[in-house]
Amino acid sequence: MKRSKATAAMAAAVVLALGATACGGGSKDSGGGKGGGSSAADAALASIVNPSDKKGGTLTFAHSDVPDSLDPGNTYYGWVQNFARLYARSLTTFKPAVGKAGLQIVPDLAESLGKPSADAKTWTYTLRQGVKYEDGTPVTSKDVKYAVERSNFAPEALSNGPTYFKAHLADGDKYQGPYKDKSPDGIKSIETPDDRTIVFHLKDGFADFDYLAGLPGTAPVPQKADKGADYVKHIISSGPYKFSSYEDGKGATLVRNPEWDPKTDPIRKALPDKVEIKFKVNQVTIDNNLINNSLQVDAQGNGVDPQTQPKVLQDPKYKKQTDSAIAGATSYIGLNLHVKPFDNIHCRKAVQWGVDRASAQEAAGGPPKGDVATTLLPPTVNGYTKFDEYPTPNGKGDIAKAKEELAQCGQPNGFTTTLTARSDRNTEMAMATAVQASLKKIGITAEIKSFPSGKYFTNFAGVPDYVHSHNLGMIMTAWGADWPTGFGFLDQITNGAAIKPSGGNNVQELDDPKINEMLNSAIKNTDAAARNKAWGDIDKLIADNASAVPLVYRKNLLFRPTGAANVTVTQAYLGMYDYALMSVSK
Amino acid sequence: MTAPIETTGSAAGAQPEAVLAGAKRSQIEGRSLYQIAWLRFRRDRVAVAGGIVVILLVLLAALAKPIESVFGLDPNAFHQDLVDPSLLAPKGSWGGMSWEHPLGVDPQYGRDILARIIEGSWVSLLVATGATVLSVVLGTVLGVVAGFYGGWVDSVISRMMDTFLAFPLLLFAISISASLQDGAFGFSGLPLRIGVLIFVIGFFNWPYMGRIVRAQTLSLREREFVEAARSLGARGPFILFRELLPNLVAPILVYSTLLIPTNILFEAALSFLGVGIAPPQASWGGMLTSATGLYQADPQYMIVPGLAIFVTVLAFNLLGDGLRDALDPRSK
Repeated sequence: MKRSKATAAMAAAVVLALGATACGGGSKDSGGGKGGGSSAADAALASIVNPSDKKGGTLTFAHSDVPDSLDPGNTYYGWVQNFARLYARSLTTFKPAVGKAGLQIVPDLAESLGKPSADAKTWTYTLRQGVKYEDGTPVTSKDVKYAVERSNFAPEALSNGPTYFKAHLADGDKYQGPYKDKSPDGIKSIETPDDRTIVFHLKDGFADFDYLAGLPGTAPVPQKADKGADYVKHIISSGPYKFSSYEDGKGATLVRNPEWDPKTDPIRKALPDKVEIKFKVNQVTIDNNLINNSLQVDAQGNGVDPQTQPKVLQDPKYKKQTDSAIAGATSYIGLNLHVKPFDNIHCRKAVQWGVDRASAQEAAGGPPKGDVATTLLPPTVNGYTKFDEYPTPNGKGDIAKAKEELAQCGQPNGFTTTLTARSDRNTEMAMATAVQASLKKIGITAEIKSFPSGKYFTNFAGVPDYVHSHNLGMIMTAWGADWPTGFGFLDQITNGAAIKPSGGNNVQELDDPKINEMLNSAIKNTDAAARNKAWGDIDKLIADNASAVPLVYRKNLLFRPTGAANVTVTQAYLGMYDYALMSVSK
Repeated sequence: MTAPIETTGSAAGAQPEAVLAGAKRSQIEGRSLYQIAWLRFRRDRVAVAGGIVVILLVLLAALAKPIESVFGLDPNAFHQDLVDPSLLAPKGSWGGMSWEHPLGVDPQYGRDILARIIEGSWVSLLVATGATVLSVVLGTVLGVVAGFYGGWVDSVISRMMDTFLAFPLLLFAISISASLQDGAFGFSGLPLRIGVLIFVIGFFNWPYMGRIVRAQTLSLREREFVEAARSLGARGPFILFRELLPNLVAPILVYSTLLIPTNILFEAALSFLGVGIAPPQASWGGMLTSATGLYQADPQYMIVPGLAIFVTVLAFNLLGDGLRDALDPRSK
C-alpha cells in the first residue's frame, strides 16, 4: 500500500490538529475502568485482546481525512483495503489472525489459493459456491474479471488503485478498459470458462500472484451496477455488511447484509450489527474519543497525534492500552549513485558508518515510533532476515571507521552534499536534521533541502534529471510494501527497471545486474521457502552496495479503547488493527 | 529647511545678528523640528523604553556570533541524553532548565534554547529590517512619483498598488520560496534563503507604504512652499527631493518602525509553512513552528521564542508610536 499517500494524509491531519487547541483537553476521568480490556501495553501485537463472540452493537470508525475512495476498485490506501473486507470479498485476503499469522494469505472468494502452472505464468481460481450479492444475485467469475478490468484499465474514471494486473497480464498493455472497449469478451488474458472458474495468463512467471489476488480490486462488481467513479455511492456488497447510507466526504453507515452466508465465509465473524465511519474528524478529537471510549477505531491506523503521545504514555492506565505496532515501512536515505561523490562506494560506506541511527530514531519520536533499522526489509515482511553490515554500538555510528572510508574515497576532510526531505512531514524533517548533525562530525556537510510531499517524487527527488543537475546526493524517503513480501517491498525501490524519468521510487538509481537478475528470477520461483530466502539475500546485497542507508523501522502508536473487542494488530496492512475481526464489547 | 508643520523654528533664523551679539545672554534658542521631536520623545518614557529594548535587540543580533563563541554556546549541538524521545519533551521540569541550559533544551534534539534564541535573533531581525527597507524604498519612490505627477502616472502606479494588494501574498510567497531553493543570482544556502525572504516580504508590502506616501504628497504639493519653489523656477526633481521628501521623513520613519514587527511575524509565518529558513539554522519563526506541533508535551519550548517575538514586536510598536507622537503632535 502506498505509504506516501497514507502519511501525507497524516501530515494533513497534524496540520488540522494544530488549529484545534480547544479539543486538546481530554476527559481523563471518563475513560478506562469498564470492560475486560485490562491488558498490558503492546498486548495486541501478540494476542487478541478482549476476545469475544458476542454479536451486536455498533462499531464506530473515525478518520481525520477522507479516503481516496471506498470503492474497492479505486483505492490505494492500506486502511481502505483493510476496511473494504467488511463489504467486499477479493479472491484471497490476509488471514485475520494474531502476529505473524496475519501475514498469511488465505482464500476468500476463491475456494483455495491460486493454482499456478509450473512456470507460474497461469493462475487458476475457483469461486466458492453460494456467494451472493446484497440483492440476492449470485457472484460469478465474470464479475471478478470485470472488477479487475475496471480497477486496472480505466484510469480515466478510477485512477487511485494499484495497477499490477495491467503490468503483469499478458495483453495488459493493449486492453483499453471496459469503459472504452465495449466488446463483450473484455480482456483476453483473463478467461472465465464457467461461472466459478477464472484463469489469469501472465507475461512472466509471478509467484506472488496470490497477493495480487488479495488486492481489493478483485472483489466482484456487477457490470450493470457500475457507474465508474460514482460506483462508490452505491457499492454492491458481497461481504457481511452493506451500505445503508453513504455521503461523500462525510461518512457512511453499514448494516448487515442478509444475503451473506457465513457458511461461505470461514474467515469473518461479522459480530457487530452495524458499522459506522465518519470522515474529517480532527485527529486530537479522535484520540480523545478513543480514550473516553466513545469511539472504537481510528480508521487511518497511523497512531495517535504527537500531541496525544505524551498523554497516553505518561499515564500508566492509558499506557496499558497502547500498542506500538511495526508499520511495515522503513525510513531510509537513498545515496544517488550518479551524484558525486556517491559514485564511489567508499563515500557511501562513510555515510553508512557515520550516520547516528539512534539519534535519528530519537528525533523521530523514540521507541514508540520506531526501531533502529539495519536492513531495508522491515521485520513484518515475508523474507526479512536480520543482519547488520555496518554494526556500531547501539547504532550510534563509528566515526573512526567512517573517516577511514572517507580517506579511501579520496575525501579525507569530508565533502558537501545535499540532503532532501519532505517539508510537510515532521518526522522526516526531524530525522534529516539528526542525520545532518551526525554527518557533521565526520566532516560531511549535508545541506537540507525540503520539498512538499505531493510533488516530491513527481517533480524533485524522483526525477533523475533534476537529482543530477541539482546534486541531490542524499534523498530521504520511506517505503512500505504494497504486499508484505520481499518482492513487494524491494522491486519498486531497488530494481533497475523501476528507474523512471519521473515519479520513480528507486531514488538511489540502483541498477545492479546481479540484484535485478536475482529479483526477476526469485519472483518466478514457486517454492515459497526458497523465495523468502532470496529476499533476505538480495537485501544483504543491497546493504553491501551501500546505496541505501536504513534508519528506522516505522511504528504506529495505536490506542486500544476498552470498548473494542477482538483487537489485534495485523502486520499485513502496515500495522493497524485488523478491522475484519473487531467488534464492540459494550 | 522648510517646515510646514512647525513654524516656531523660524524665529531664531530671523535675527541672526541678535543671536551672535548676545551669545552669553540666555535667550530663546531656535530649535529645529527634530530637536523638538527629540525633546518630546524623551519625555515619553514608554517610547524610550521601547527604543532601549530595540537597541539592545539590534546589539544582540549584531553580536550574536561573538556572544556565542565567548559563552561557548553551540545552537546546533545535540544533547539527546537530556530528552525523553517517547514523550517528545526534555527530561526534568520546565523544559529541561538547568545551569548549562538556562532556558532548557528543545524536544527531539536537545539543543540549547538560549543559544538558538541568540542565533535566531540575527536572522529574524535581518529579514525584518531588510524587507522593511525594501518596501520603504519602493513605496516611497513610487508613492512620491504618483502623488506629485498625478495624471496617468498616478493612475498607472495606483492600479499597480491595487493589483499588488489584491494578490494572494502568502500563496505567492510560498511558490517563490519553494521554487528558488537551490542557488539563484549567485547565492545559495542560507544567504539565498534570507535574500528570498527579504524579497518576498519586502516586495509585496510596498503598496501600503506607497499609499501613505502618495496621500501625503498629494496634500503637500498644493502647499505654499511648494508653490513658492515652483514660482522661483524649481523643476520637478528638485521639488521632489528638496521640498517634498524632507517633509515625508516623519511618516516614513514612523511607518517603518511599525512595519518591522509585522515583517518579523511574517517571517515567522513563512517559517511556519516550511518555506522559511532551512534547518538546522535557528530562526524565531522556525522555533515557534516546531514548538507548535508539540505544545502540549513541552509548552516551555513554545513560550521562549513566542516571548522573544512578542517583546520585539512590542518594543518596535512602542518606539513607532512614540516617534509618531513626537514628530506629529496633532496625531495625539
